[in-house]
Amino acid sequence: VSTIASGEFWAFVGVVAGIYTLLALGVQLEFGFAGLLNFGHVAFMAIGAYTMAILVVKSDWSLWLATPAAILVAAFAGVVVGLPTLRLRADYFAIATIAFSEIVRYVATNEDRLTGGSQGTINLAGAGQAASYNGQWERFQDRVQTALHLGSKDVTMLVLVWAVALACTAALYAAGRTPWGRVLRAIREDEDAVASLGKNAFAFKLQALALGSALAGLAGCFYAWQFSFFSPGDFAPLLTFFAWMIVILGGLGRFFAVPVGALVFGVLFAGTRFFDFAPFDWFDSAERAYLRLTLIGLLIIGLVLFRPQGIAGRREELVLE
Amino acid sequence: VFLQLVANGLVTGSVLAIGAVGVSLVYGILRLVNFAYGDVMTFGAFVGVLINVKLGLQMLPAAALAMVATAALSIALEGVLWRPLRARRAGFMSLFLVSIGLALVLRHVIFLVAGPQPRSYDVDPYKVYVLGEVRLSGSQGVAVVSAGVAIVLVALLLGATSLGRTMRAVADDRVLAAVAGIDTGRVVVLTWLVAGLLAGLAGVLAALVQSSFDPNFGFSLLLPIFAAVVLGGIGSAYGALLGGLVLGLATELSTWPELHGGVDPVYKPVVAFAVLIGCLLLRPQGLLGRARTL
Repeated sequence: VSTIASGEFWAFVGVVAGIYTLLALGVQLEFGFAGLLNFGHVAFMAIGAYTMAILVVKSDWSLWLATPAAILVAAFAGVVVGLPTLRLRADYFAIATIAFSEIVRYVATNEDRLTGGSQGTINLAGAGQAASYNGQWERFQDRVQTALHLGSKDVTMLVLVWAVALACTAALYAAGRTPWGRVLRAIREDEDAVASLGKNAFAFKLQALALGSALAGLAGCFYAWQFSFFSPGDFAPLLTFFAWMIVILGGLGRFFAVPVGALVFGVLFAGTRFFDFAPFDWFDSAERAYLRLTLIGLLIIGLVLFRPQGIAGRREELVLE
Repeated sequence: VFLQLVANGLVTGSVLAIGAVGVSLVYGILRLVNFAYGDVMTFGAFVGVLINVKLGLQMLPAAALAMVATAALSIALEGVLWRPLRARRAGFMSLFLVSIGLALVLRHVIFLVAGPQPRSYDVDPYKVYVLGEVRLSGSQGVAVVSAGVAIVLVALLLGATSLGRTMRAVADDRVLAAVAGIDTGRVVVLTWLVAGLLAGLAGVLAALVQSSFDPNFGFSLLLPIFAAVVLGGIGSAYGALLGGLVLGLATELSTWPELHGGVDPVYKPVVAFAVLIGCLLLRPQGLLGRARTL
């Protein structure tokens, strides 16, 4: 039986799509609503994952305290980055944030004593001891699996991550319909007009960035639990661009377009790994990885050129300018 | 040690400066923040590998052909991608995202064709120039000299030819330039030609200086190049040159032991990124630029 037909494989694809949903919801809030071009989104995912892992391994915190703390630290990092940079023009803001995300990755790679260095979280407790941060998570997952009579660990993770991802999507959908959400969209369209109505546009943008960073931090925690080990290399700028791709693919300006985009992206990205017919069988697995990323690049270009509203976006709501 | 660090800084800086002048020209004329520039440099470096290593030609013809190839690629991309996008009145956001997509395509096509293994040029690695206390490898010497020549040529092109004058006019105000009878389409193609030649040269020289490189190396140079561009004032070619040199010196000198022990060399890229963010925040008009609303 080929892997493509196995339920286990598709459960894995679903889990990854759920984690991407959380990550991309932040981009949707920041760009699709507030118009912020954050190209360093992955940094806040890294900050969330590392904060959770470090608090559990080094400070012996309970996972259930470390996770909210990690999300708060990610949100706080968003505020710290936003305070000086949000007044920059959109393209400068993009370059400043991607530089920030590379600084985070370099620091995580080289500060061995804090993060375990390039070897990843296995070194968190120092060399020679294999550190693990997700014992408590595994026990929780087992309890959920028994309580809900689920077939496997993967399916349990699938249920958990999508429950959280859809809850976040729904909460953001509701928030987007409040006066707060309307102000954000107005900022995206015309910041000066918003300011002239007496609204503090800067404060609203900062809130969007903090909330988006918190979502990235949460995505980082789920990423950490799913793979039970991670290293700085996992948080390369490519991941930020995946999140952007998902938002553009799903449709800008609509939160429910994000899970749609993430699922389509997950199937495209993971599914093509197992295409074993021509022209895919001309390439070995490493080459197919390059081919996949080439196709993703072409898809980004094609979407911007031919369908800027994505799969589920409304053209009248927002088109890329 | 200090003089050696200054020399290394000038080598790094002059390579960054060539790339930065290319990025700055494209931004000035086309208002395009080109995320694909680093990968165009990679393309140039790998064309150099093909000619120098596979075909066994000398470094000089290899570099020249690499520059021609990147210029051809840049002009072809103008034809199939950027011109149609401008015809659709795409905003800077669309152009930005398309350049990211293009960066992914270029990098991974190079991975597909050339493979992930590190490459190096067929040059004598033991050739060393000694000037007083300073030792420069043959590659470093070649990089500084050819970067200097290239920059003088670009400065002459912009400052002393009618083409340069029209380029500056278009950069200043595209509509006004068109009204004044300048063929902006031709200027755009020539801008891509110059920027492409510079990308090829920057790619080959950066590859020579690093001595070993893989298809990711151009992208890793992109942020330092952006930093040089911002430092010099976005859109200013002379500023980009100065920005490159200052950034090269700053990153190398940050490791100087007399400076509170210096920064750990692994953090050299972080110094460049910090300069980038600091400059955006404190002096977005660049070192030479006058303050104005950006």
